[in-house]
Amino acid sequence: MSEQHESPGLLAALMAVARRDLLLAWKRPGDVLNPLFFFAMVATLFPLAVGPSNEQLEFSGPGVLWAAALLAMLLSLNSLFISDYEDGSLDQMLVSPVALPVIALGKSLAHWMTSGLPLVLVSPVVAVTFRMPPEVMGYMMVTLLLGTISLSLLGSIGAALTVGLHRGTALLSLLVLPMAMPVLIFGARTVSLVASGDGVAGGLYFLAAYAVLIISIAPFATAAALRISNE
Amino acid sequence: MTAKLSASDLTLFRGERCLFKNLDFALNPGELLLLEGQNGSGKTSLMRALAGLLEFESGEILWNGKSVREHRQEFHGTLVWTAHRTGLKSDLTLVENLEFESRLRLRSRAEFDDVLERLGIKRLKRLPVRSLSAGQQRRVALARMLLSDATLWLMDEPVTNLDRDGRKLVMDLVSEHLGRGGMCIMAAHQDIDVKGTVQRVML
Repeated sequence: MSEQHESPGLLAALMAVARRDLLLAWKRPGDVLNPLFFFAMVATLFPLAVGPSNEQLEFSGPGVLWAAALLAMLLSLNSLFISDYEDGSLDQMLVSPVALPVIALGKSLAHWMTSGLPLVLVSPVVAVTFRMPPEVMGYMMVTLLLGTISLSLLGSIGAALTVGLHRGTALLSLLVLPMAMPVLIFGARTVSLVASGDGVAGGLYFLAAYAVLIISIAPFATAAALRISNE
Repeated sequence: MTAKLSASDLTLFRGERCLFKNLDFALNPGELLLLEGQNGSGKTSLMRALAGLLEFESGEILWNGKSVREHRQEFHGTLVWTAHRTGLKSDLTLVENLEFESRLRLRSRAEFDDVLERLGIKRLKRLPVRSLSAGQQRRVALARMLLSDATLWLMDEPVTNLDRDGRKLVMDLVSEHLGRGGMCIMAAHQDIDVKGTVQRVML
């Protein structure tokens, strides 16, 4: 029995947590596919409801796609910590020698790979229904990529705060949405600006800076929230 | 001489209710601390608080003379916890669960297969935990303890759902652990028959 109290490497622990969650997602594909279907449905029903006028579709496309993406991300956040909380594996992670923010970051990484990344990949298909030109699609994917990273991590704070509550869904949305507003506004607006041929560097820089800020804060906030909610 | 693990003046509240007041104990290598009490007397809460999941109202726990609150990660590196809820993912197989667990902790030298063999769950290796019986899942949770390099075992009702052989196995494992200089804190209703120094705390 060793007396030195090392803990496993941070990166190894991060990867172990992410790998476990990806494995779980692989075994329960429904949890991944549900938000994706939701995104695709909202975004394809909209053109049908608005009508086939090209001008209208091109005008509303970026906004609708971005709002649908934000709601789909919210939908996927509920389950982030609930099952770990219910089967006791959250307790086990809390008493492991690994620093809790590392575990939180690992979970967010897996969450983004199973929610944000699929959204980014599916978005061009959906964008076609809004008659979005290919060069605009590229920018839309970049804004979604940066935006969903922020949303995953922001959401993990909300999910951690509401994990001990029954039916915390509404509360989770209320907590996350205000902090997610800048992402939605800058994301949708940047895509609109590309479509009208204006400069977009500012919007992209903002989204990237916001993502970096959230990546550096959210794991610690999530860790603190988990300790409180799991009492 | 100070004990390896010492707790002084512990008081714990759950909501408005005081579970215990001014509880003291000290534990040294090779010793077992048995928590006894009726249902709802606070055994599990004490266990959770020792593991750092609940805050004590007052009191302090020292490990090697250092406050556990201030050196939380270091303390967590020396303990492993078998709780009432097993903490296993039901969709993953037994091996996937244990591999994940052992990446978060320091591994003991014990071989994977030897541990599973000893616990009688080797042939269930590739099955999802969902399809195992409650007793078998309990054995998987025990495998987690054997695969970790922890000195301090926290065990909450470890023999629940286990058959007679299983109960004997738990007693043997704890005896061996104490024999190696390990320590154990256990909450149990059933008779505990362990070789080693046993202290009792009534809650």
